Amino acid sequence: MFSPYAKRLLLNRTNLVISGIAMLIGLMALGWILWTLVDFGFHGLHVKLFTESTPPPGSDGGLVNAIAGSLMMSFVGTLIGTPVGIMAGTYLAEFGQRGWLAPITRFLNDILLSAPSIIVGLFIYEIYVMRVHHFSGWAGSFALSLLVIPVVVRTTEDMLRLIPDTLREAAAALGAPRWMVVTMITWRAARAGMITGILLAIARISGETAPLLFTALNNQFYSNNMNAPMANLPVVIFQMAMSPYDDWHNLAWAGALLTTSLVLILSISARILFKKEQ
Amino acid sequence: METNIKFSLRKLDFYYGKNHALKDINLDIPVNQVTAFIGPSGCGKSTLLRTLNRMYDLYPGQRAEGQILLDGVDILDKKTDLNTLRARVGMVFQKPTPFPMSIFDNIAFGIKLYEKVSRAELHDRVEWALKKAALWNEVKDKLSQSGYSLSGGQQQRLCIARGIAVKPEVLLLDEPASALDPISTARIEELVHELKTEYTIAIVTHSMQQAARVSDFTAYMYLGEMMEFGRTDVIFTNPSKKETEDYITGKFG
Amino acid sequence: MQRFAIQDKIFVSLAQLFAFIVFALLFGILVSLIIGSLPSIHKFGFGFITGTAWDPVTEKFGGLVPIVGTLVTSFIALLIGVPISFGIALFLTELSPNWLKRPLGIAIELLAGIPSIIYGMWGLFVFAPFFGDHIEQWLIDNLGNLPVIGFLFQGAPMGIGVLTASLILAIMVIPFIASVMRDVFEIVPPMLKESAYGLGATTWEVVRYIVLPYTRIGVVGGIMLGLGRALGETMAVTFVIGNSHDISTSLLMPGNTISSALANEFTEAVGKMYTSALIELGLILFFITFVVLAISKILLLQLRKQEGNKD
Repeated sequence: MFSPYAKRLLLNRTNLVISGIAMLIGLMALGWILWTLVDFGFHGLHVKLFTESTPPPGSDGGLVNAIAGSLMMSFVGTLIGTPVGIMAGTYLAEFGQRGWLAPITRFLNDILLSAPSIIVGLFIYEIYVMRVHHFSGWAGSFALSLLVIPVVVRTTEDMLRLIPDTLREAAAALGAPRWMVVTMITWRAARAGMITGILLAIARISGETAPLLFTALNNQFYSNNMNAPMANLPVVIFQMAMSPYDDWHNLAWAGALLTTSLVLILSISARILFKKEQ
Repeated sequence: METNIKFSLRKLDFYYGKNHALKDINLDIPVNQVTAFIGPSGCGKSTLLRTLNRMYDLYPGQRAEGQILLDGVDILDKKTDLNTLRARVGMVFQKPTPFPMSIFDNIAFGIKLYEKVSRAELHDRVEWALKKAALWNEVKDKLSQSGYSLSGGQQQRLCIARGIAVKPEVLLLDEPASALDPISTARIEELVHELKTEYTIAIVTHSMQQAARVSDFTAYMYLGEMMEFGRTDVIFTNPSKKETEDYITGKFG
Repeated sequence: MQRFAIQDKIFVSLAQLFAFIVFALLFGILVSLIIGSLPSIHKFGFGFITGTAWDPVTEKFGGLVPIVGTLVTSFIALLIGVPISFGIALFLTELSPNWLKRPLGIAIELLAGIPSIIYGMWGLFVFAPFFGDHIEQWLIDNLGNLPVIGFLFQGAPMGIGVLTASLILAIMVIPFIASVMRDVFEIVPPMLKESAYGLGATTWEVVRYIVLPYTRIGVVGGIMLGLGRALGETMAVTFVIGNSHDISTSLLMPGNTISSALANEFTEAVGKMYTSALIELGLILFFITFVVLAISKILLLQLRKQEGNKD
């Protein structure tokens, strides 16, 4: 039989090995998914992806309409969401010490951050799509902007809080008004972190499918009319992957590889940028 | 007193929320002299300094009661414009606080707030301030570099130059040398000595030697109260109160 | 300088306005969902939650199947994901050599960064066939005849179904739970751990008797965060759950969740009542996730407050 001490050591050893196995499971899942993407998607990477629109089943084509649509909607979504997020985050960090608005907003924003994105799609459908009676690029952009906001609010506040109060005091001590202290001193000092937040937000919306399903919908043809249904990579990937056609599956995998590469490159470069400035 | 008075504090009380941090302070700070605030940590000397430009106003829950007269006008009055007050009463902090911009822009920032100056005038003013702070020779070739590229002692002189550049009437120094090496400290002290011909200076320091070296007047504070105030030579050689003597001779604190 | 005072007022009000927009957003979502669900709420009342009918033709709708599907998939996902997340957090904080911590941390973050649609495609084309061929058959043969739990593992090994969706959800929530756990483990004061080591405790004993009790609230908060994520996850589940409104007790059979029902049916839903019923499902999902995420947030805030008091 084991002595009590040997038992403790054995338990320790066993549990540590199990924790190592858990780590391995996580890494294996990551490796398996990334390998699948490359394995299935790589041979579909072709110039045509960027020059031709989505084909009907059985014929040749690319994803240019979806890529263009995704770029436009992500751009507009970021453009709308970023200023709102930065100003709200600034309020929470710089002016929110008094009153009830800041603590409650901070709390609700953290919930929005993890709230189901499909609900955001429903919301925009209710307040916008239903009123104008058609799906559109604008609707998609609005939905994406609502996903950008909480990310930017959170990182802006966190980054501004890292700036020591003495820097604000030093600017105030010269007679600078609060708005100049914020815009010219603290924003500037927190710039890298705030850009990181925006990059993370872009990374997040680049892969989002659910909120676009009932807002932007899809469009088989190239269109840069923001007032009409607009193709976008995630929804195109979804519809093609769920279809029974092999050539659509191949296009979907190529699109999936593109999207994932973009998302992962964005989030890694955001982190590198942030670490470098720290 | 034989000199003119810049600041007169009358029955000043200060609160951090419910914490009564300054109790019934009465004090006259003379023009163009260096006044030092000394005392053990937590005695309220920094708090007192921060009432003089109402820096505490940035934070909720901090408030002052009583009167602080600057050239006879009460700055605790609600109508006081804080920005203009702070432009008149400059401040330098314990740790250097260069702004995230070039050396030149660090100095120009404050000047441009209240004055419309041409590019050439601005340049002259920056040069003037840097010379006053005895930093010009070290930075004249790298004015466009970031303020963070300077050494700690240089950064602190940059902050002093930045404070002088707006031509305030008073300069508040909150332990300006506590984070610096002895050589940089000596330079800052020299600087204080030169600057007092043009500015009224109030300095908080935890080093009694420094207070003795740089100041004309000394205020000794303890637990939020003003224990003793007078000419520095008198305070250090012949204090009237036993507590002051104990602190100065190192028996406690 | 009155000018500065006015500019300040404008700037602060502007910042406050935007903060208010963020504040109002959540209520806006809630109100719009309630308004959208009104027809369905009026017609079906409370029975919507307990009803299992889902018939667009006769316009009879009950949400029990997707509601239960949402809860069951998330529950199984946590059952599998939490121990693995704990193992990963333990490995990252106590075992990993320093030079490995960064790359492993980044790998876990990448797992969180992969878009959910990619999980869905991988699930449908790679994982489900593998799972159906190799694991489900074994489960049916070996567990399907057991007395109490046997009914969970009956049917045909199709690959897709409730269990597959739960497993993919488990992988998806791991990075969220693991990173919260790692963060809260790291706040344990080193001195506390060292005192235990000083008494001769093993690493496992330090984790079990010092780290876990110390961070209990935060660990639960992290699990709730993962639960919130799992409940609302849409695309990955939509690919592999099979989207069936039929009731089935077997985990190997197709099922449905609220979010996958929305993703599949919403754009094709014709008729006011059909749309309204789907929106009511959305409202229920929003309500559940709100409660779960709020609890998570409150727990994590409490841990931080407790920390703050000790300083």
